[in-house]
Amino acid sequence: MYIRAAAGISPQSSFEQILADPVPVTGSRLQCMEPDYAKLIDPKMIRRMSRIIKMGVAAAIQCLEEAGERMPDAIIAGTAYGCLGDTEVFLQKMVENDEQLLTPTAFIQSTHNTVAAQIALLLKCHSYNNTFVHRGFSFENAMTDALSLLKDGQMKTVLAGGIDEITDTSHTILKRFGLYKKEPFPAGNIFQTGSKGTIAGEGASFFVLQSEASGNDYAQLTGMDTFYKPASGEEIRQHISAFLERQNINREDIDLVISGENGDMKNDAVYDMVYQTVLSGIAHIPFKHLSGEYPTASAFALWLAANILKAGKLPGGIQTKKTPVTVLIYNHYQHIYHSLYLLAAC
Amino acid sequence: MSNRVYIAGAGIISAIGNNITENLAALESGQAGMGEMKYLLSAHRGKIPVAEVKMDNAGLAALSGLPSHYSRTALLSAIAAKEALTNAAIPDFSTLRSGFISANTVGGMDKTENFFADFLAGPDKGRLRNVVHHECGAATEIVADLLGIKHHISTISTACSSSANAIFFGARLIRQGVLDVVVAGGTDALTKFTLNGFNTLMILDNRYCQPFDENRRGLNLGEGAGYIVMASERVAQTLPSAPYCTLSGYCNANDAYHQTASSPDGTGSYLAMKGALEKSGLSTGEIDYINLHGTGTQNNDIAEGTAIKLLFEGKYPPMSSTKSFTGHTLGASGGIEAVYSVLSIRHGLIYPNLRFETPMKELPFTPETTFKKDAAICNVLSNSFGFGGNCSSLVFSKV
Repeated sequence: MYIRAAAGISPQSSFEQILADPVPVTGSRLQCMEPDYAKLIDPKMIRRMSRIIKMGVAAAIQCLEEAGERMPDAIIAGTAYGCLGDTEVFLQKMVENDEQLLTPTAFIQSTHNTVAAQIALLLKCHSYNNTFVHRGFSFENAMTDALSLLKDGQMKTVLAGGIDEITDTSHTILKRFGLYKKEPFPAGNIFQTGSKGTIAGEGASFFVLQSEASGNDYAQLTGMDTFYKPASGEEIRQHISAFLERQNINREDIDLVISGENGDMKNDAVYDMVYQTVLSGIAHIPFKHLSGEYPTASAFALWLAANILKAGKLPGGIQTKKTPVTVLIYNHYQHIYHSLYLLAAC
Repeated sequence: MSNRVYIAGAGIISAIGNNITENLAALESGQAGMGEMKYLLSAHRGKIPVAEVKMDNAGLAALSGLPSHYSRTALLSAIAAKEALTNAAIPDFSTLRSGFISANTVGGMDKTENFFADFLAGPDKGRLRNVVHHECGAATEIVADLLGIKHHISTISTACSSSANAIFFGARLIRQGVLDVVVAGGTDALTKFTLNGFNTLMILDNRYCQPFDENRRGLNLGEGAGYIVMASERVAQTLPSAPYCTLSGYCNANDAYHQTASSPDGTGSYLAMKGALEKSGLSTGEIDYINLHGTGTQNNDIAEGTAIKLLFEGKYPPMSSTKSFTGHTLGASGGIEAVYSVLSIRHGLIYPNLRFETPMKELPFTPETTFKKDAAICNVLSNSFGFGGNCSSLVFSKV
């Protein structure tokens, strides 16, 4: 499967910005830098869209434009939380007005399939349309679906993406679960704190995926895999080794690993363990200081990997022996949802 | 070896019964599940009828083996999914590559909406255990763990077509050799959030719904869960009894007309049915029964009916909306109706469309009004259409 185009809305304005001068994390939350939507979406439609819908639709449209594709054969979205903003608006009014005198707009846009549906509506696209909402596997499920559709052979072009937003309410509630850092840390550096908690993130990343090489692709996605609730470090190592074996690749052939350290001690111990064992000796970089932590953050990692392979440039002053050709992404979300992606330069 | 996908088991809980046997008995006796709200604590009690599962959360918890403070969505899911897996009786299940693909539309909203009432009084208010399972994926995760399924778990949310898409996705993973067995379908509990949402859209019937009737007034919301167990041919050969049928066709299309309304000519519905038939290799004349989406709203029934009129061109198979029994169970409806479809094939059943009185003036056909046994049913078409233009159709066929 080839990544024909990749577009993302994230706390970083662009890949170039990440290379030159990434936005540093300061508080417990990284917010998206939103583009000028009027350049991408019909202003009449923007007016009715909530923030997550705008982010998702804009990333999707940007991605299609870059690929020069007007009508994908499938549109697939992954989102763990869905349209939180509209859900909260409707819930609040419902509680405050004791279920009386409510208006439908927020309810209509609160359904989890709204982003994928709005993309279809905007494109007048009657093709396959699906939305996955499985926590830290939402984006992986969307990618599995995309792979499966392309494997079937009847479709050539699939648009797939991962989207999640932070709202003030969700941030307040998730903070109460103890997910985020309480102690201060040096600006931009969440990794050396040896403390509990991460920083919240959000983003919309979309990909135009095709079964055939176009001659102008970001990268080839040669394989992906997921595993759920591994019981031990041994099981994690086995899953990673087995994946590399199935992909017919030696550890030495991997130029770079992009991994999901998020600054939480316990979370990051998993990555320390794999870098001391099954992935030892390979150059690696984190990404969650750029995106923040969220259930579909792996979509940002895939966007980053695709850009690194296309540009042949690495962020964060990291040196590799040669321009990276083979990149592995390893991410886990809350030690429940683990995913692996293997990419090759085109 | 063929890459056919066999239906090895089914499980269901709905307003007309807590298992397959009870559902079949109610379908035969014409006993609808709607009534006055008993378990949902809404300001609309007494004004808007709903189709509730006839048991409180403590009872559902006991049946499912889960704690009673869990979301009703998860409790319903666990009961139906466990029945489906028991019903399939797959030998050496734990040694197979298995998947649990469950759909729902509002996850743990039944708990979140209570949390939110407290939370509005102050950001440190409200019990966190009532919001910890808010995400749609939480219910799926709870039930997957209960069933011991680890290889693949996913949750789909495409409004009212959600569980049809779960079945479609699961079938593909089996056909492509990724998994051996998949439990797929969906669950949804009644919540104030959905009840009020549909109420603002003014598509709720304050009487019992009349799908495909000229004088239809809207839908009744329901709740429940329905799952089928799909197996590869290799696994199907090891089953202790013959499989129900195969899933022979499926298609997902988008109406791309409006966020909530269907296009007048039912473009999405037409494309979904046509695509599913093409996939199955069947002609319209070979369909023996259509389990309609048939919500009872003005908009759905004319769009779906127009699409059927166009596609079937004068030769209309028996059809009915079982939502006249169960209400519209949203994310669960495709799963519940898939269970009714596979039972239709196994037992030769056609279900009545309750309370049908007056034919729609635009349509040259009417739904079935009586329960029929021992019918020759080889192929059933099941429709699920939803908000966001999401339209999916499935075709089940006798082995």
